[in-house]
Amino acid sequence: MTSTSPVEKAGGATATYVDQRIGSNKFLARNLGKVFPDHWSFMLGEIALYSFIVVLLTGVFLTLFFKPSMVEVVYDGSYVPLKGIKMSEAYASSLDISFDIRGGLLLRQMHHWSALIFVAAMAGYSLPDDLLSGTGLQIARGIMQAAPIVGTWMAFLLFGGEFPGTDFISRLYGVHILLIPGLILALVTVHLMLVWTQKHTQFPGPGRTNDNVVGYPLLPVYMAKAGGFFFIVFGIVAFVGGLVTINPIWLFGPFTPDQVSAGSQPDWYIGFLDGALRMMPNWETVIFGWTISWNIMVPAMILPGILFTVLALYPFIEAWVTGDKGEHNLLDRPRNAPTRTGFGMMAITFYALLWIGGANDIIAVAFDLSINAITWFLRVAIFVIPPIVFWITRRTCLGLQRKDQEKLLHGYESGRVLRLPHGEFVEVHQPLSVKDLAVISSKTEHVPLPAPEKADADGVRNKHYKLQMRRHKLSSFFYKESYVRPTDEEIEAGQHHVAHDAELEAPLHAYEDADQINRAHGGVLHHPGMAETNAEQESQH
Amino acid sequence: MKFLAARRRNPFVASALLIGALVAVGGGYAAVASVQPAEAAMTVGSETQVEAGRQLYLEGCSSCHGLEAQGTQSGPTLIGVGAAAVNFQVSTGRMPLAGPGAQAPAVESVYSDEDVAAMAAYIATLAPGPAIPTAEQIDYADADVAFGGELFRINCSQCHQAAGQGGALTQGKYAPNIMQSSPQVIYEAMLTGPQSMPVFSDAQIPTEGKQAIIGYVRALQESPNPGGLSLGRFGPVTEGVFLATAIFAALIAAAVWIGIKSR
Repeated sequence: MTSTSPVEKAGGATATYVDQRIGSNKFLARNLGKVFPDHWSFMLGEIALYSFIVVLLTGVFLTLFFKPSMVEVVYDGSYVPLKGIKMSEAYASSLDISFDIRGGLLLRQMHHWSALIFVAAMAGYSLPDDLLSGTGLQIARGIMQAAPIVGTWMAFLLFGGEFPGTDFISRLYGVHILLIPGLILALVTVHLMLVWTQKHTQFPGPGRTNDNVVGYPLLPVYMAKAGGFFFIVFGIVAFVGGLVTINPIWLFGPFTPDQVSAGSQPDWYIGFLDGALRMMPNWETVIFGWTISWNIMVPAMILPGILFTVLALYPFIEAWVTGDKGEHNLLDRPRNAPTRTGFGMMAITFYALLWIGGANDIIAVAFDLSINAITWFLRVAIFVIPPIVFWITRRTCLGLQRKDQEKLLHGYESGRVLRLPHGEFVEVHQPLSVKDLAVISSKTEHVPLPAPEKADADGVRNKHYKLQMRRHKLSSFFYKESYVRPTDEEIEAGQHHVAHDAELEAPLHAYEDADQINRAHGGVLHHPGMAETNAEQESQH
Repeated sequence: MKFLAARRRNPFVASALLIGALVAVGGGYAAVASVQPAEAAMTVGSETQVEAGRQLYLEGCSSCHGLEAQGTQSGPTLIGVGAAAVNFQVSTGRMPLAGPGAQAPAVESVYSDEDVAAMAAYIATLAPGPAIPTAEQIDYADADVAFGGELFRINCSQCHQAAGQGGALTQGKYAPNIMQSSPQVIYEAMLTGPQSMPVFSDAQIPTEGKQAIIGYVRALQESPNPGGLSLGRFGPVTEGVFLATAIFAALIAAAVWIGIKSR
């Protein structure tokens, strides 16, 4: 029996006890060895998680000092330009956090910056009750009121009467510190469980298939990496929170509904909706004395409704169109799914254009442009540019596929040009590395779904013909032009060619390696069986 | 008396009386009416200054505003705009206009202070208008800064932005950034309403209010940024740009570094 330290004894005893109670050893043994794929991009998701933790930590601090009340008070803090001004208690306490509570401004800024990283600030934007946040609320209320029939009542319900009322901040506060964090925590948990039970996705590479995960085990490698990364994220947020201003509420002043500032903008994740709102022409219809505000309904309700529905349904739509319901843990390379990549780029372009629209006034001032010109450009561009981007992306993907195809067949171009004895120049192709070969051959082969028959062999009419036909057409659109991986024989033949190139080049190496250089041939390479004159070469062919 | 009595039926008497009455009324009116501009001109400048100003006007301004400042198709009349408008437009370099555009931009002025004063004096002689504010008028030392902030948010921030960084107006026009504006220029802008800006007369915002606004703008101009780098005080747009560039770059660089394969 070896001697053990008291610490080891105590630790061992604790572990044994816990194991007896909940059987943790087996669970840990199984899960601590879980393998994570080896690629930096899998750390990006952790940025969101860690900044969420920073949001929670700094948020707890802020709740100690923030007063979610719309009771009117007279400011008497240390920011002189607002001294003696009437404002809500919410705004006054936000100013106190910024100026009179030690470390308050740092934590407020860290809270806001990390919330921007995580995209979770939605409700927080409106809590301080400054002029900017109130303007945001006013827009939110306008959007709500644009809903037909129920809009006005919805707004009354939410604000407890006329805007801004006296209830909203305290209601929003509950949502902000309880409901939303709770929901996010629940979703984070669901997400982690999904990652745990389903396997991690991974990029294609040698030895990687849909049924395995190649990487390092959670303990110790990823535990150390992820733990270290948490502190890096925390550090970056603290650094930025300490050195870069965010939401300087003292400059905006307290909110009153009769004031507004130029350049009032939402935070970035709402920017696209604001952009849609700014781009929309001012269309309204009056039916029997009721106004339908298309100018607000279309950009602020219908558009995001469609956007998020399509976003959520897209995987199912693609699975239906393509008939591919298999499990894919190996990530598709963008080029190998040209239509999907095209759609993705189209969506990003659409989003970016909306985003630009949201900042149209700032852009107008910064670049000396007319805001009207920007708006009209965007009104046209939003319909014209995304399809062009789709087309360019798809063609680019197909081109890259063709390039891959060629590499599979002939190896890669080495960039070395060889002059043959009869004067012909050839570029030497070299065989692909194991990694490249694995990556290129990871392409999943898809063929368009076959066209449906109008009637089966017995002449029974196909009831689903129309739907199936539509599906067939969409499926063809998805896959028709994709290049099909060459057969093994073709690849064999191609590799043969590569081997031939190597053979051609062999004398060069021999020549370079030779101790004595034979200059009789004027430096032209020469090897057995090769034509020496043009005439000889022609006769060979 | 005999002389007058003897000729009172003379056919020329009616005409003579009429002429006499007209001269009396007209002359009297002219004497009364000319009191004001005469005084204004006196306060603004001497005769030589006015003459120098007129010369400068003829050289630099008259091609657009007309030889008599009556206005042409390419420039408005300057009769009655007052010395304050001249000082605002010329001392900030907005006039003479460098080229056609949505709005005259503020640039380095091509005139010396004396030249500007001379032109202002000349324009002031044409008709009464707002005079250049006195040092007393623009003295904001005792102004209520917080009250000025309230006035600023009600009257100014919808165009000039809450932090005075400026904002876009329609068709390429804009409310300029006022972070470099002097108290005199701010006062004159409120008084004369240049370009797209409305006039805030003393009936709307009395002198104390204007001084308070100047005090608040000065406070904005001089205030440090307690939060660190200001990002131009533009709000969420520049914050978003900073996030998308600097912060995400740093985070992704860290992820790449951490994610490097251990060898």
